[in-house]
Formats: sequence, structure tokens, C-alpha cells
Amino acid sequence: MNRKLKQLIIGTIAATAVAYAGASQATDITGAGATFPYPIYAKWAEAYKAKTNIGMNYQSIGSGGGIKQIQAKTVDFGATDAPLTSDELAKNSLSQFPAVMGGLVAVINVNGVEPGKLKLTGETLANIFLGKITKWNDPKIVADNKDIKLPDDDITVVHRADGSGTTFIFTNYLSKVSADWKAKVGEGKAVQWPSGTGGKGNEGVASYVQRIKGSIGYVEFAYAKQNKMTYTQMKNHEGQFVQPDDGSFKAAAAYAQWDKNNGFYEILTDEPGKESWPITGATFILVQKMQDKPETGLEVLKFFDWAFVNGGKLAQDLDYVPLPEKLQQLIRASWKEQVKDASGKAIWK
Amino acid sequence: MPTSLREAHQKHQNSLDILFRSVTRLSAFAVLALLLAIIASLIVGSMPAIHAFGLGFLTSSEWNPVTDKFGALVPIVGTLVTSGIALLIAIPVSFGIAIFLTELSPRILRRPLGIAIELLGGIPSIIYGMWGLFVFAPLFGDYVEPWINKHLGHMPVIGPFFSGPPMGIGVLAAGIILAIMVIPFIASVMRDVFDVVPTLLKESAYGLGATTWEVVWNVVLPYTKIGVVGGIMLGLGRALGETMAVTFVIGNAHELSKSLLMPGNSISSALANELTEAVGELYTSSLIELGLILFFITFVVLSLARIMLHKLGQREGQTS
Repeated sequence: MNRKLKQLIIGTIAATAVAYAGASQATDITGAGATFPYPIYAKWAEAYKAKTNIGMNYQSIGSGGGIKQIQAKTVDFGATDAPLTSDELAKNSLSQFPAVMGGLVAVINVNGVEPGKLKLTGETLANIFLGKITKWNDPKIVADNKDIKLPDDDITVVHRADGSGTTFIFTNYLSKVSADWKAKVGEGKAVQWPSGTGGKGNEGVASYVQRIKGSIGYVEFAYAKQNKMTYTQMKNHEGQFVQPDDGSFKAAAAYAQWDKNNGFYEILTDEPGKESWPITGATFILVQKMQDKPETGLEVLKFFDWAFVNGGKLAQDLDYVPLPEKLQQLIRASWKEQVKDASGKAIWK
Repeated sequence: MPTSLREAHQKHQNSLDILFRSVTRLSAFAVLALLLAIIASLIVGSMPAIHAFGLGFLTSSEWNPVTDKFGALVPIVGTLVTSGIALLIAIPVSFGIAIFLTELSPRILRRPLGIAIELLGGIPSIIYGMWGLFVFAPLFGDYVEPWINKHLGHMPVIGPFFSGPPMGIGVLAAGIILAIMVIPFIASVMRDVFDVVPTLLKESAYGLGATTWEVVWNVVLPYTKIGVVGGIMLGLGRALGETMAVTFVIGNAHELSKSLLMPGNSISSALANELTEAVGELYTSSLIELGLILFFITFVVLSLARIMLHKLGQREGQTS
């Protein structure tokens, strides 16, 4: 009895070890980080696996976790919504490039207002989130919306409760358009909100806004669309009111000054251009500049190269915006320049 | 059996005994070591925050990741208040359930009701959270909170606690969800201890002409008080540490507000929300110190319960 048990245990351990060894032989790549791009990374991974038989395992543990893990080299790439500055990149010897872009929208729950109808300026939006504008029929809102009958309801602000790249992009925008916001709150993945209530994740904010009469929040455009929420028009840098859609997100991206020497540090908020949507952002990938395992490193770059070339349609299906061709070339050039193996040879050819 | 064989057998058994003793001792000490290791790592992890904010951490309601200024007052208050509300509701209800099941219920109902309560206790907390957000909060916000606002919101003294926008989510909603979650724990412990009261005692009291209430209050409760307090503490322990269900309905705002209808925050939901994206040493360390504080609160609560039980035990046999 005893011996049988022992044999069973040893057998199990051996079998597990063999199974693990077998799994690690395939050159699967692993990544971890931001939650915002998770749906598209998962879709790309699935399509890539079907084509090349190389799997990509992505854990959406949050940008902070992604940065920590790539620093510790426990994953092959990290992902973050808020780009690292060139100082941070240099300090940790990381190379950074954007992977996909998307837009943020303000969503509201106001009686009698349909999607895409309400017009907001950046300043008004900042004052609402500062708690200075507290009624939907405030003269400041009415001034831009003479054609809509706005109710005398209290405004309830809904923001993210968890730290998030979405919040970073949103507060970055408010800081750019409102000096008051910049001085009192500032920008970050989590900030000290002057008012309102917090939902966990995009879905948390979405469900609070749908629940609470008179509320306003901000979510990824994809969430607003999937949940059929009432989003607003925004006034952009050129003073035009624009609708959030693929075209206005792309327009914003076109004006960005991408530069591979500062890790493509660029936040696409308040960009110039008549058609540009003012609250747009990219999500970023981090890889080690010095690759201990050049083969795996190359697989990571190959994966994203494939995604840039073939993954655009999948991205658009999920309401993300694929990177423009010119930017893709810039990124490949940055790989050649920055990502090396132990002997200092570029791994991307 | 020859002597030598028997001796060998004896020896074998002896060594098995020693082995067994070592294994059990190891298991017991492993728990202790684990506890100490967790405390130690929490203290080490929160050192930067302790150095930066000192005792002011406990009294500051600021929570600003942009300027790296942190204080724990809002989550501490949120944790204590939601757990307090939960116990305030759960204790009388659980008491009622237990008394009904052990003293008053027809035999045929006892088993199904008892099983229902145990099933309620087995539901994962995330389910309570989802139910709370999607079902309970809208109903609460549409029907109950306007009523509270109207009838309690204007009363002197307690008014400010019960006025605010009827959003359905907030500290009070979190407390009620917690109450629903801990009722099965408290009720089933109470039922089990009430069940062990000797029939002889109860029958004697009834024989002397006592009413059901008098029997419960003067015979059953004094006989089972230790178990009852234990059950309540079990419930309180769960309420203090509950994370997901609270996160869904508390509103997650780092704001100190008098009103129970306004959103607040609890220690565990602040941790669940923010730890993954916390960047910078001070932010992470402040969150870990929050964890240390929760640990400490739980520890104090359990110690108080022990002291209370001890005091109760000392009074045993005295006339009340």
C-alpha cells in the first residue's frame, strides 16, 4: 500500500516534468502588462498560432505589472498604456514601440440626449470633473448645445477606481486643455479625483454610467460602442466639434511626431488637425535592448511585424486603430538600431 | 511470535511514532512560521511609507498618487463602518434564524431551511458582488434610498448620515451586501450551538412555566454564549477582509463623507483596485501598509473576542 502510493507519487512527478519539458520546447513567447490592448493581442495571438504554430501567451495584469516583469526578465515583452520616458527606458535598458491605437470617449446618461449629439469642450469637461459644473443645464454646457433641451439634473462624475492607462490618457488631455486641472489634479494612471465615484475597469465605469442618472464617465470607444452608450462630440485643438470614429482617431495619429530616439514617447491628446479626435492614445510594447535569448527576442519582433502587416483588419473589428505604414517602418528601423544580442549584433534583419 | 521479532516490530512502531510526532509538529510550526513571515514581509514592504508619513498615515484622508501623498483614514473608516453595518443587520437576523430553526420551526422545515442557509454561505463572494451591482444596487437606488432621503435625511443628528444622491452604490449598500454574506456564517454557528443545549434544561424551564422567550434568553443564550460570540467573530472576520463584493458596490472613492449613501473605500477594495497598476516605491509601499493595518485590525478584533470570552467564562456560575 505504502509502496504503491510512493510509486504513484513518483510517477506523477515524472509525468509532470516530462509534460513541462515538452511544452518548453516549442518557442512560445510570453508577454504581460496593459489590460486595454488585451482583446486585440489575444486575437492576434490566435491568428498567429494558426499560421505559424508559435503561440503567444499574454497576461493582462496591468501596465505596472508589465513594466516590473520585463525589468525582471520574467517575460519576453512587457506592455504599457502610458509610455515610459526616454530616461526610464535608458535606466532599465529597454526599447519601446507602439503597437496599436485607440480613442477614449466621454459617456453620459442624461434623459433625452442621444449618442453623438451632446457637444463638449475640453474646458467644460475639465470643469465637470473638477466638480465646478454640477448641473446638466449649466450655462457653460447649454452655450454649445442650443438645440438640445438639457434637464436640471445633478451631474455625477464616474472615474476609474483602479490605476489605468486609460486614466493616464484622459487626465493628460484634461491637463493640456485646463490650467486649473493641471494645477489641482495633474496627470497619472491614478489621481486624486476632486469628485465622483469610482468603477473598476472600463466595464465598471460603463455599468455605473448606465446605472446612475445624470452621470458622466470616460471609457475606451470600443466599450461605449459595444454597450450602446451615449458618447459625446468633443471640440478639438482647431475648435471643431468632431465625432469619435475610426477616421477622427486616424487623423489624430497622423499629426503625431513619432520619434524612435525617445522610445516613440507620444501621447495623442489634443493633436492639431481639423478632423482629429482630441482624446486618442497608443499602447506600447517594451523589450530588453540586450537579448539573452536572441531567438525568443526575434520571435517577439516577428510577431509584432506580422501583426502590423496582417493584423490591421482584426484591430479595426475590435475598434482599435492600426498603426500607419510610415510609423511601422520607423518601428522596424528602431528594432535594428536598438535590439541586440550578447555580441552587439542586431537581431532584426 | 519470537521475542526478537516482536522487539523489531516494537522498534519499528516506535520510530513510526516519532516520525508521526515530528510531522505533526512541523505542520503546526509551519503555520506559525508562515504567519511570522507574512507579518515580516508586510512590515518590510511598508517601511518606505512608514518612514515618509509616520503616524500621520493613519489620520490623513489624502490619497494622491500624482504628488505621492498618501493617508489611510478613508479606507480604515470604510472598512470599519461597512463591517459595523453588516454586524448590526446580521446579528439580529441570524439570531432569529437560529432560534426559529432550533426552537420554533416544525421538524419538516428544519432540514430544507438549514441546507438553504449553508448553500447561501457557499456562494463565492464575486457572485454577491455581481448580484449587488446589477440587481441590488439599481433596486436600492430607485426605491430604498429615495425613501431614506425623504424620511431620515432631514432628521436632526442622524440626518447628515442619510442624505445624498440615490445612486444605489455606496457605504450603506456595501454594508448591506456584507450583512447578507455573513448571515449564513453567524446563523449556522448559532444554530449548531443552540442545538447542543440539553433538552433537560429547557424542559425544566418550560416546566416552571417559562415562555419560549424566557427559555431562550435565560437558558439557551447563557449556555451557548461562547459559541455565539465565536460565530459573530467569524462573521466579523469575513466582513473585514471581504474584497470583491465590496469593491463592486462601495463606489471606490477616496473621499471622507458623512453620508452613508455616498461612495467610500475599504482597505481590501483599495488594494484590489490599485496594487496592479501602482508604480513608484511610495505608492506600492503605502498600499502594503494598508494591508498591514488590515492585518492589525483583524488581530485586535480577534484578541478582543478572546478577552471577552475569558471575561464571560470568569462570570460563570455567578447569579446574573
